[in-house]
Amino acid sequence: MKRAPLLFLNVFVIATCGLIYELLAGTLSSYVLGDSITQFSIIIGVYLFAMGVGSWLSRFIDKNLAERFVDIEIAVAVVGGFSAPLLFLSFAHLSYFSIVLYGIVFAIGVLVGLEIPLLMRILKDELDFKDLVSRVLAFDYIGALVASLLFPLFLVPKLGLNRTSLLFGMLNAGIGIWGTWLLLPLIKGNVTLLRIKGAVVLVLLAIAFIKADRLTTLAEDALFVDNIIYAKSSAYQRIIVTKGKTGYALFLNGNLQFNSFDEYRYHEALVHPAFAAYQGEPKRVLVLGGGDGLALREIEKYRSVEFIQIVDLDPEMTNISNAVPALGDLNRHSFSDPRVHLTNGDAFVWLDGAQTEPFDIAIVDFPDPNNFALGKLYTTRFYNLLRSKLKPDSSVVVQTTSPLIARKSFWCIVKTLETAGFSVKPYQTTVPSFGIWGYALAKLQPFETPAKPRSGIELHFLNDQSFSSLFEFPSDTTVPDDDIEVNRLDNQSLVRYYEAEWRRFEQ
Amino acid sequence: MTLFTRREILTAFLGAPFALTACSSGSSSRFPEGEIVGQSVSLGHILRENRTFEVPLDNWETKKVAIIGAGIAGLSAAWKFRRANFDDFVLLELEKVVGGTARSGQGQPVGYPWGAHYLPVPFEENHELRGLLEEMQILVSGGESSPAIVPEQYLCREPEERVFYKGRWYEGLYLNAGASDDDKRQYDAFQKQIDYWVNWRDAKGNRAFVVPVGSCSTDATVTSLDKITFGEWLRQNNFTSERLVWYCDYACRDDYGLKLDQTSAWAGLFYFCSRVRKSGEESQPFITCPEGNGQFVNYFHEVVKANVRPSQVVVSVVPSAHGVDVVCIDGDSLRGVHCQKAIFAAPMFTAPYVIRGFREDPPFAAGEFQHNSWFVANLFLKDRPKPRFTKDFPLAWDNVVYDSPSLGYITATHQKGIDYGPTILTYYYPMCAEENSRTKLFNYEWRDLADVCLTDLSRAHPDIYELADRIDIMRWGHAMVSPRPNFIWSGIREQATKPYRNIHFAHTDLSGVALFEEAFYHGVRAARAILE
Repeated sequence: MKRAPLLFLNVFVIATCGLIYELLAGTLSSYVLGDSITQFSIIIGVYLFAMGVGSWLSRFIDKNLAERFVDIEIAVAVVGGFSAPLLFLSFAHLSYFSIVLYGIVFAIGVLVGLEIPLLMRILKDELDFKDLVSRVLAFDYIGALVASLLFPLFLVPKLGLNRTSLLFGMLNAGIGIWGTWLLLPLIKGNVTLLRIKGAVVLVLLAIAFIKADRLTTLAEDALFVDNIIYAKSSAYQRIIVTKGKTGYALFLNGNLQFNSFDEYRYHEALVHPAFAAYQGEPKRVLVLGGGDGLALREIEKYRSVEFIQIVDLDPEMTNISNAVPALGDLNRHSFSDPRVHLTNGDAFVWLDGAQTEPFDIAIVDFPDPNNFALGKLYTTRFYNLLRSKLKPDSSVVVQTTSPLIARKSFWCIVKTLETAGFSVKPYQTTVPSFGIWGYALAKLQPFETPAKPRSGIELHFLNDQSFSSLFEFPSDTTVPDDDIEVNRLDNQSLVRYYEAEWRRFEQ
Repeated sequence: MTLFTRREILTAFLGAPFALTACSSGSSSRFPEGEIVGQSVSLGHILRENRTFEVPLDNWETKKVAIIGAGIAGLSAAWKFRRANFDDFVLLELEKVVGGTARSGQGQPVGYPWGAHYLPVPFEENHELRGLLEEMQILVSGGESSPAIVPEQYLCREPEERVFYKGRWYEGLYLNAGASDDDKRQYDAFQKQIDYWVNWRDAKGNRAFVVPVGSCSTDATVTSLDKITFGEWLRQNNFTSERLVWYCDYACRDDYGLKLDQTSAWAGLFYFCSRVRKSGEESQPFITCPEGNGQFVNYFHEVVKANVRPSQVVVSVVPSAHGVDVVCIDGDSLRGVHCQKAIFAAPMFTAPYVIRGFREDPPFAAGEFQHNSWFVANLFLKDRPKPRFTKDFPLAWDNVVYDSPSLGYITATHQKGIDYGPTILTYYYPMCAEENSRTKLFNYEWRDLADVCLTDLSRAHPDIYELADRIDIMRWGHAMVSPRPNFIWSGIREQATKPYRNIHFAHTDLSGVALFEEAFYHGVRAARAILE
């Protein structure tokens, strides 16, 4: 008789664990897939349904109830405990994340659904039915309440998703091991084997719990240390916006595009040298890429500018200021400026076909050339197409990745611009979230390096002193001795340089 | 009247093991629209009926020259005439459109090829062809004292090729992934053999293999290679590596529509050596565009369109002491052209059916010019197939499936840098000189062939059923001349290249291999002979 109260404690812990896994899956999927209403709704539905399946399946377990109960506890410990790390890993590496997600949710649901009916049948000889039902269900629901309070108030803020998942896996494994003592008289088979199984799982979970920091570097969790506030898979890329202590950050396909805490350094350095290098009053400006609207914000500071044509591939990207109001505030609603004319399309195809008057200034701000579709936007062909949209005295700036980390890539872009007939002044600055970052200022005729930014423009980073230092290159970022190929459509050398150089920093 | 079960058809085209799994998994419920397009089989076969034709007197006209066939050879001859300010000629074409196997279609967002789809940049020695490219501004001055160059937008954009093997795409055509040390050693040894032949010169300084075939060495050291198959040559040289043998077999199927053991070793080496300038250098880059070699057809057509007469079934070419009479069916009526000379720019095997007196006293054995059949499918996709792995090698220009008897597909939008959204894939399937392959091909209906194409591609792209809105299919009954052993250097090409009673022959058949450069060479050669 004395084991009944302890078994009710089991019910309580099991119920808590079960709900925690459900909340974990819901939270995690809304983090990475976005749209929390849909995610939570589907997760809860799948989970409850799976519990029903589990309960129904319990009727097929006739023998060795106690042993099966312990086995199920250990199984829940494995699947539930490792669920969050596994989901993070699969999000980073698999395209069919949702199958893994719902598979795991379903598996946990089935196992948890098996637990309570089995436990009730084990207890049925010790209590009358009325008492049994009332107590088991009462503890079950109390467990749910405790879980739902602990999860947002303590677990997520203090432990994070991975550790929460692993901790509750350990609890499940603990219940399983404890069960081998509690239900000892009922266990007919090899008790030691059950205990060893339980212990192995407990130790593995404990190791994972201690090493959770290392584990997260494997997963996208490392990229997204901050909360994901917006996630969308467009036809072209995966857009993620996070919010953390330092501010908002935008990721495209997992690559950081900016962090609100220091993006002004990047965008001031991108835009203002091109204006400083232009003689006269610039009126027409072309922006290629730059769908976050932050370069637009800088351009719009110039009163003389009458017309800004921006060409960005992804409508989901150029709409992000509406989708994430904080980003609209950050770019000062730059897309609403009446001078801005937006075209969604591939800049390469647009340059090849568009009939337009030439521009005074062109700001070329594409993601780094990490695939062939982006690599074509850094070729001699592309720069020749761009030339046809410029005047003889126009100035151009191109973001050119990091001259420190991707030194060959950086100088490859410079050389490619020169081959396409531009006179180039490369420059670099420090953007803490990125590191040392490079740009190429180019004109169709030889020109003097601009000495300072135009006056009367509100700037937070650039001033007369810092401006001239942009054009100085420390020894570890100057032109390397290696032969560098020009990037052409028919060799795409840049993508290969870039791959090789950045791969060194991948774990 | 479908006579075949799905399993029989898939087995015939894709092999039994694969057909079995494909059939058991069942076909998708969504099936695209489409139709069989092109070639007028029935029109062409009128020739075989050996009828006599009486042209009403009013329907005769007089021209100095008639060119029969507006494929690349006929178009090149016509172009050469126009450039020599000679335009007293007609260019008669069986089909509604010109271009032969280099023709192309118009689509959205770009055009697409129905056959030949690239031209390797010709060597500087090939002045005539380089002249055409300069005229088209595909070849431009590379600055003082340096040779003319092809701007990058005309050269095949990287990534050029990828191969699908065991569930993944890999860069390039030769499968490097998983190659054993022996595979690598054999591949290097094979490259050494290629290098040897690239550097080889005969006593007169001629190359062993070069385009056009007419400039190749006639030394027996080289031409004796024509006596064995490429497969035998590989075995004699101890090349047994599975992936190397596949690579060579693919090359033969791709360029000749023949398998390794059906192709002459001379032709096999010609493929690998004739476009390499110096040992160790890469093969000459490819000139391509969405329409493939349709860009040359369209250009030629622009120049010569005043002389072109489409939908003309030439049924009789009657040579005489002073000239040639050409009779053709034009819709419901018969027309005749009295001319001084004719250029016969149709496949050689048709000559006995059309040329009066050929059968009775054949100047050459036309039946030796054998052709294989192909089918080509153009798939109109609403979007690109999704990569199954984040790190899978991305869509290239040429996409080859390792285990497939097809040649895979090329991507029409690739060259234009259109990397997102709708595209058109051109799928090539050579029948490889199987027995009755032509009859077999023409017995299948559109849906059968479309099913073959989709089932084949679905191993790499399971989502192809969802993406393909339309599939059009062209069946080429006589696509390419077959360079089987003992053909190219048997002497027959020399015989056929000689004029026959005011008729000059001009066709890529005369080179023994089906290439744009060869067709152009013979077209220009025949035109020049007549102009002189």
